[in-house]
Amino acid sequence: MSALLDVLSWALILAGGAFCIIGALGLVRLREFYARTHAASVIDSAGAGLLLLGLVLQAGWTLAAVKLAMIALLIFFGTPTATHALANAALARGLPLQAPREERPSKR
Amino acid sequence: MMFAAAALALLVALALALARAIGGPTVFDRALAGNSIGTLAMLMLAVIGFLTGRPDFLDLAILYGLLNLVGTIAVLKFFRYGNLGDPGEGGAGR
Repeated sequence: MSALLDVLSWALILAGGAFCIIGALGLVRLREFYARTHAASVIDSAGAGLLLLGLVLQAGWTLAAVKLAMIALLIFFGTPTATHALANAALARGLPLQAPREERPSKR
Repeated sequence: MMFAAAALALLVALALALARAIGGPTVFDRALAGNSIGTLAMLMLAVIGFLTGRPDFLDLAILYGLLNLVGTIAVLKFFRYGNLGDPGEGGAGR
């Protein structure tokens, strides 16, 4: 039972770390701001969720698990709010929804 | 061992997000990257707490998350209105 939990939390933590790297890569590589918000949401949902779930499995029924659950709630309610406010502010400022076509090859 | 691997992955992700925060063309890119850095720092604090066997770091992670959310909203409001105490151009209630 304990070995099973260990293997499961290994898999969850590694998957969470991989999703964090994928989201950060998207943050660097994607072409315009609104696409980058999508990449940042990968970090906030998949990366943080899987990582915290793996840590909860590792912590067991302790106070640390409760604190991890509070962190997860904070991330799941806080970061979509911040991202929505960010995209809303960018739209209100007049950031164009689509980057000009001729800039595509020059961007990384 | 697995916590060290997770910490390494988070460090790589933090470096990439920092690159976007430094080189972002608009202020919104920087704010978005700063938000992601905050989330990654929360996860990093939690992982470090488990890595060193001291779960007290989780309290720091909660505090950092609260400050991160409020800080992002404050930065956005500042760049929109140029003033943190002003109710905004929409009149009262904004």
